[in-house]
Amino acid sequence: MIEWLVIGLILAGTTFMLVAAIGVVRLPDLLTRMHATTKAATLGVSLIMLAVALHFGEVAVVARALGVVLFLMMTAPVAAHVIGRAGYFVGTRLWSGTVKDELRPHYHPLTHRLDSGLERSDEPSAPVPRDPS
Amino acid sequence: MPIIILFCLTLLTLALGLVFLRLFRGPGLPDRVVALELFATITVGIIGLLAIATDIALLLDAAIVMALMSFMATIGFARFVERGGPRDD
Repeated sequence: MIEWLVIGLILAGTTFMLVAAIGVVRLPDLLTRMHATTKAATLGVSLIMLAVALHFGEVAVVARALGVVLFLMMTAPVAAHVIGRAGYFVGTRLWSGTVKDELRPHYHPLTHRLDSGLERSDEPSAPVPRDPS
Repeated sequence: MPIIILFCLTLLTLALGLVFLRLFRGPGLPDRVVALELFATITVGIIGLLAIATDIALLLDAAIVMALMSFMATIGFARFVERGGPRDD
């Protein structure tokens, strides 16, 4: 019984990780690729670690496997946020079919400042308007 | 059971090959960092499968260290990319 459960979890986790790899190759730009790696790969590793915990069934191993899952679930969003932010800062091109980029009209790439569109021009801290390029 | 694990290891190796393709082709540095992170994540999965196949629970420690290293590497690369300023590679 446990063995069949382990086999099912292994197969599901492997499938999710393969889907994540295919997504990294096939998706068109950085942000959509990060969508594949963070969610699908984390779910795949979590399922495999659950299979490890079920297979061994000892307290120490279960704690370590759940520790791996917890650590991945905590760090994957942070890493994705940091690398996505860095990618936007360095001007990574978005996919040509992108419908909306709400950050672009308010963001100054050289100073990394955001404006709300309500600043008065005589404010000393008002950023210089960027070239329409 | 060993057949299933062998099959899954084959699939994960195929996944590693696909990620390596993106690592090789990726148009910019952030794409390559994302590919490297996925590489480490798949390696954690492979280590888990090996722990099941060989009945050695100690391999999980290697998996924990691998996950930690990939997180640190991603943060470091992101700082490196961010400090570099606008680029077009």
